Amino acid sequence: MRRRLSAVRRQLSALLLSLPACRGALDQSVLESAGPRARAVESLWWFALVVAAVVYVATVGALAWAVVGARRRVARGELGPPANEHRRMTLAVAGGTAATVAILFTFFFYDLSVGRTLRPPHERAHTLVQVTGHQWWWEVEYPHAVPSNAVSDANELHIPTGRPVLIEVTSRDVIHSLWIPNLGGKKDLIPRYTDTIWFQADRPGIYRSQCAEFCGLQHAKMALHVVAHEPGEYETWLQQARMPARAPTDTLAARGQEIFLSGSCALCHTIVGTPAGSRVGPDLTHLASRRTIAAGTLPNTRGNLAAWILDPQRIKPGANMPSNALSPADLEALLAYLQSLK
Amino acid sequence: MTTHAPAAAVDDPQDARREAEELALLERTWAPARGIRGWLTTTDHKAIARRYVVTTFVFFVLAGLNAVLMRLQLSRPEMTLIGPDRYNQLFTVHGTAMMFLFAVPVMQAMAIYLVPLMVGARNISFPRLNAFGYWMFLIGGVLLFTSLYVNTGPDAGWFSYVPLSGPEYSAGKRTDVWAQTVTFTEVAGLVAAVELLVTILKTRAPGMTLARIPLYVWSILVTSLMIVFAFPAVAMASTMMLAMDRLVATHFFNQAEGGDPLLWQHLFWFFGHPEVYIMFIPGLGFVSSIVETFSRRKVFGYPVMVASLLVTGFVAFGLWVHHMFATPIPQLGRSFFTAASVLIAVPTGVQIFCWIATIWSGRPKLTTAMLFAIGFIVVFTIGGLSGVMIASVPFDLQVHDTFFIVAHFHYVILGGVVFPFFGAVYLWFPKITGRLLSERLGRWHVGLFFAGTNVAFFPMHLLGLDGMPRRIYTYLPETGWGNLNLLVTLGATIIVASVAVFIVNVLVSLRHGVRAGEDPWAAATLEWATPSPPPSYNFRHVPVCESRAPLWSEDGVPAAALPVMTGLDAHKRQILVTTVLDALPDNRHKHPEDTPWPFWMAASLGVTFIGAIFSPWFYVWGAGLATLAFAKWAWPTGKYAEDLVMPKRGPR
Repeated sequence: MRRRLSAVRRQLSALLLSLPACRGALDQSVLESAGPRARAVESLWWFALVVAAVVYVATVGALAWAVVGARRRVARGELGPPANEHRRMTLAVAGGTAATVAILFTFFFYDLSVGRTLRPPHERAHTLVQVTGHQWWWEVEYPHAVPSNAVSDANELHIPTGRPVLIEVTSRDVIHSLWIPNLGGKKDLIPRYTDTIWFQADRPGIYRSQCAEFCGLQHAKMALHVVAHEPGEYETWLQQARMPARAPTDTLAARGQEIFLSGSCALCHTIVGTPAGSRVGPDLTHLASRRTIAAGTLPNTRGNLAAWILDPQRIKPGANMPSNALSPADLEALLAYLQSLK
Repeated sequence: MTTHAPAAAVDDPQDARREAEELALLERTWAPARGIRGWLTTTDHKAIARRYVVTTFVFFVLAGLNAVLMRLQLSRPEMTLIGPDRYNQLFTVHGTAMMFLFAVPVMQAMAIYLVPLMVGARNISFPRLNAFGYWMFLIGGVLLFTSLYVNTGPDAGWFSYVPLSGPEYSAGKRTDVWAQTVTFTEVAGLVAAVELLVTILKTRAPGMTLARIPLYVWSILVTSLMIVFAFPAVAMASTMMLAMDRLVATHFFNQAEGGDPLLWQHLFWFFGHPEVYIMFIPGLGFVSSIVETFSRRKVFGYPVMVASLLVTGFVAFGLWVHHMFATPIPQLGRSFFTAASVLIAVPTGVQIFCWIATIWSGRPKLTTAMLFAIGFIVVFTIGGLSGVMIASVPFDLQVHDTFFIVAHFHYVILGGVVFPFFGAVYLWFPKITGRLLSERLGRWHVGLFFAGTNVAFFPMHLLGLDGMPRRIYTYLPETGWGNLNLLVTLGATIIVASVAVFIVNVLVSLRHGVRAGEDPWAAATLEWATPSPPPSYNFRHVPVCESRAPLWSEDGVPAAALPVMTGLDAHKRQILVTTVLDALPDNRHKHPEDTPWPFWMAASLGVTFIGAIFSPWFYVWGAGLATLAFAKWAWPTGKYAEDLVMPKRGPR
């Protein structure tokens, strides 16, 4: 049974995959599971799809058969009802109902058994990450027993592969929702509620995720990239992330730092190792090592960064970051500094 | 009071004269005043229902145009046609209007027209309340769309989750407009439900026992009961709690002061889930009427059909948490709601099986109405099956708040509400207007609508599975969602074309349609036993019901004559009240005269609720105004001295 189901599943996947023009991003798809949670749900989905297809074909087929049969009977000039109609209809309706109940029961118990696999793992060795939703970006924190070793990052969630990661979620303003399709599950981030959800990635990769609960003007541009590393690599990444920002090494970057600290930037952003310590916007300590800016909206390039700093409202209308009037020289210096924050 | 044998055919000239006199007298007693005065004062259920249906349909078209704009914006990645601020208003108003201004009220409006005729009553019960309800509804709808067009449209979603809709994150008046729109429509919905309940329970034709009520009327009975239990939750949550949090700084939902945002979700969905069944159960009733009329036999399994409606209405109140699976809810609670959500598929399945059996054993005619009923089964079943899938917590958590859900509920609502509604229009248009709709345009209508629905909504399943969340105004090209979205937009234009065909069909047929006569379909239920369109008093004599299909002697065969009962005074408005279970004649009840005061009452409440968007003092002034209007409304006319005496009971 199981083998046959997985064969059907393979064929259906192949069918879907043969329409590449109609497939969306594979790194954000429920049908491209990369961890045990998503995998369990994926098999539940293929099971439900096959059963639903059979039920649908049977229902619509019965309807077509009923219409065609009745019209043929009338065309033959038989005005009365079919022979034994009452008994036959009673049997058909009762049979259909019994089949419905049986199918629903099967589905319900399969669902409960999948539900059990979603329970949080008891293992104590899991990695703990805290994710906080903001309008419209993700704050990602890696707590540590030694407070100075805790890491605060934004819009990227780094996890080790092969072991469960427990995520503690909450929100600073309105309700957001964390959903990583390839890894499975979804949790609402509700202000003043702290809830947990766990994921596990089985293979390294980058999985895209975006906010799933409508949260205002820029709900569309609130993406989070999950970066799954081999465990060793993950430790290296974490070590690197714990370092304070490096001091500027050339005069241009030093000028940039000065602009950052004396201008409006420092009112909202933190750069560890400098006096800038505000928590309103994302932590920029390792900005240059991130793949994207503006919560997954733009690739993190020099040009995009410049456009974002000068006029964020054009890229994300309604975002909480104001426009900045900077002279070309000042912008040059600021970019040099920000791009040095590896 | 006496019950007569079949009404004798009129061959005696004296009888003909007497009949003409009686009809003229009835007309004088029941007809509304002429001109604008008649428009504002009428309490005729048919006049009000016609208005109501047209109004809801206008809102349907406007909300549909919102959807077209949204689809244009989403047709390609990173389109810049509509910005986020406008887009959020468009989808909020689309959802709010489709739910509060179309799906539920159009079903109630059709019921206000049909139910009194189907149960053989002269008018709806509480006719002034009925007029009042329409005006309230109109004010609410105009408020919502006017605000949209002056850029003050609500923008926190049709579900208005706090804290996003709260005072801190939705400054301005947009959400207040939403809350008051809900107030107007919920008041209108509640009063219509009460009128329909009383009409069905107390004014059925003699002999129409509970076991002879048409299935459509049963569906309205169940729906109205559900409305009475479900609507107060949202009316209280939006009007009192959300509006007060915003207006006078109460803290019902403010977590910082001990309020709770999840409270809003529970109250909203306690209404919001039954709402799905409130709009869809009347659709089931339409399908029963259509299948019965065009299969030329009574629907198979009447007791099972009725039981299914009742079970659906009951279980519908046990599903609401499946909208909240991603919130902190205990596991066991979630399993309970999964079980209920799976269970509710059974009664709907049973009804579909019974219709198929009815068609199989009947002599089906594939009229446009029948094609819409068949389209209902073909389209709705997809929504029903995806509904079972998302009852599963783990699966729901993968697709909750994605386009998969958008696909699911559009299949349910277009399949379960709009298909049956269009079918019902083709079935009853001749009764309402006296002319038949064109069947040829009807074929185009049903064909395009079927194609458009599937092209627009099927690809959304795939988009959802590939990660596209709901309520986003744009997406990046690298998501790969562009092609399917373009296809969806194409489907939307097909739907627009089909609705355009429908509107043309209605306009042309109103003038040039084939004259229908009393009963063009040789149908089974009482509304067909009176001229089309029906006179202001509905029936010359109160019909007497001797079976579930009073106009048929056996399945599909028209009866020779309909027995009637006389004894109501034609000089004044009188209706017959019957007993709840067996519909035995109970008493003759004085029926209210026409009056403009329901209109003024609605107007004063309009001032109150719209004013309350800006200042709480309007509640104080408005209460005074409304009290005055209500006093005039309820003031006894003293027209008939005997009205002051308790009516004598008829024979039991």
